[in-house]
Amino acid sequence: MATVATTAPRHGRPPGRFRGAALGVVAWLAGIVFVLPVLWMVLTSFHSEADAATNPPSVAAALTLEGYREFFGLTGGASPWPSLINSMTASLVSTLLTLLLALPAAYALSIRPVKKWTDVLFFFLSTKMLPLVAALLPIYLFAKNTGLLDNIWALVILYTAMNLPIAVWMMQSFLSEVPVAIIEAAQLDGARLPTVLGRVVAPIALPGIAATALICFIFSWNELMFARVLTGVVAGTAPVFLTTFITSQGLFLAKVCAASLVISLPVLAAGFAAQDKLVQGLSLGAVK
Amino acid sequence: MTLTTPARAAAVSGRPTARRPNRMRVWATRAPLLPALIFMIVVTQLPFVATLVISFLDWNALYPDRRGFAGFANYGEVLTDPDLRGSVWTTILLTVTVVLVSLLLGLLLALLLDRRFRGRGAVRTMLIAPFLLVPVAAALMWKHLLFNPEYGLFNGILHAVGGDGAAQPDWISEMPLMAVEAALIWQWTPFMMLILLAGLQSRDPQLVEAARMDGASDWQVFVHLTLPHLRRYIELGVLLGSIYIVQNFDAVFTITSGGLGTANLPYTIYQTFYQAHENGLASAAGVIVVIGSIVLATFALRVVSSLFREEVSR
Repeated sequence: MATVATTAPRHGRPPGRFRGAALGVVAWLAGIVFVLPVLWMVLTSFHSEADAATNPPSVAAALTLEGYREFFGLTGGASPWPSLINSMTASLVSTLLTLLLALPAAYALSIRPVKKWTDVLFFFLSTKMLPLVAALLPIYLFAKNTGLLDNIWALVILYTAMNLPIAVWMMQSFLSEVPVAIIEAAQLDGARLPTVLGRVVAPIALPGIAATALICFIFSWNELMFARVLTGVVAGTAPVFLTTFITSQGLFLAKVCAASLVISLPVLAAGFAAQDKLVQGLSLGAVK
Repeated sequence: MTLTTPARAAAVSGRPTARRPNRMRVWATRAPLLPALIFMIVVTQLPFVATLVISFLDWNALYPDRRGFAGFANYGEVLTDPDLRGSVWTTILLTVTVVLVSLLLGLLLALLLDRRFRGRGAVRTMLIAPFLLVPVAAALMWKHLLFNPEYGLFNGILHAVGGDGAAQPDWISEMPLMAVEAALIWQWTPFMMLILLAGLQSRDPQLVEAARMDGASDWQVFVHLTLPHLRRYIELGVLLGSIYIVQNFDAVFTITSGGLGTANLPYTIYQTFYQAHENGLASAAGVIVVIGSIVLATFALRVVSSLFREEVSR
């Protein structure tokens, strides 16, 4: 296709269309290059360990669920379920708490703003820019002295605080999209605050709130450093479980691939669901 | 309880008379803000103060009795110890390389995706996929599935293409920092692409069309219209990318475990206190990262606020 495009103008055809088609092909190639390692990982996860570790790679080897069976501990070895349940708990509960704290804050920064609301908003943002690694030691010492070490609630609290700035920023931008005129009209009709929030604000802001929740969930699910330092055998999360694969253990490639994919699945699902709002969340609301 | 627009809120609170109900109202407006603000300050900001205090202490957790005031000794050690100084340099090198390369790739991809072609949505989804793997999982994938010298995909392809005499490099030992960088670039290019694509799509199409009508070439449109418009999005990508990658822990921890000169500051801080139990030293290194981040953040906040103002005034 690419050669067709480069020779096209010489044949006197309209160059724009062919160049457009060629660039489309280039875009497809780029997409394939980027997604190829992931596809290779999917394929390898369905191969037997022997087929997964050949050189040159055996692309057409027989498919099997062996790697997944190994990962889920059906053939002996540690079960990943406790860590998956820990991750689910930490991510879901912290996301819920983040929303509960961020929603009123965003309300006070958009619909019924406090004085100097932009300053407050930027204070939230600035805290997100400080590297949390510098807070690691005091948090570890605190958890150790209060018996919160290897306790999933330590992570819940931490992840809630970690995601609050992003949630406040995103939610602020979603709530400020609610037209003030509609709220005032509802108020003139005698609607009280809960009614206004439930009937007028919520329907408009709901997609944004959902996207915010998904992004908080992703960040909590992915977090490794604090989970690694603050948890052990009891409260270890899924990324901590993955770190057991850092050193090679003989033939284990299919198992690693299965583990990586299963543990990434919630993030992939949440990410694609929130695709349109992903940039907004990651750029802390600066880009819409 | 009446709802007030920003302008009205300012007018109300600026009135000097009728102070008491006024103050009540001000606090009623502030109240929803306080739980989030207090929670966040207590959990994530107070620890920084503790770090600052500990950084002036001579404190090894293995010898708790010998804890004492150390002045700036820890800072002196961070800046003179070759390992620690090396990790400062590694952090800078890693961040600059990953940010610049992924920005450039992200820009190219964003320009490609800004055009209409068949399957654009599918390509966009494919390009975002790397970003949606759990970072540890992505790092494991690079370490074992791609880089492994015996059965990794890279050497597998070299073998398949070049035959039995093909080179079979041990990627991670031969180029450790580049191995970490490659994995991070792969994960962060989609991030840059998404930001720049948002920038491209916020261009005024009429302006581009007008320039085309006046006979501007694609290159002229790109240099004189697109790039100036993208400038702040590029700045935003660079700064946010820097902030995230300066803090990177997962890739270094997984791919090289900080060995072979790839230990960046977050990894070194983790190791200094978690394995060497040098609390004072780890805190001093932490304070240095915070200072570096504040410098970056000052610029980042300026960019974000200029985009934000534009958005509000629109």
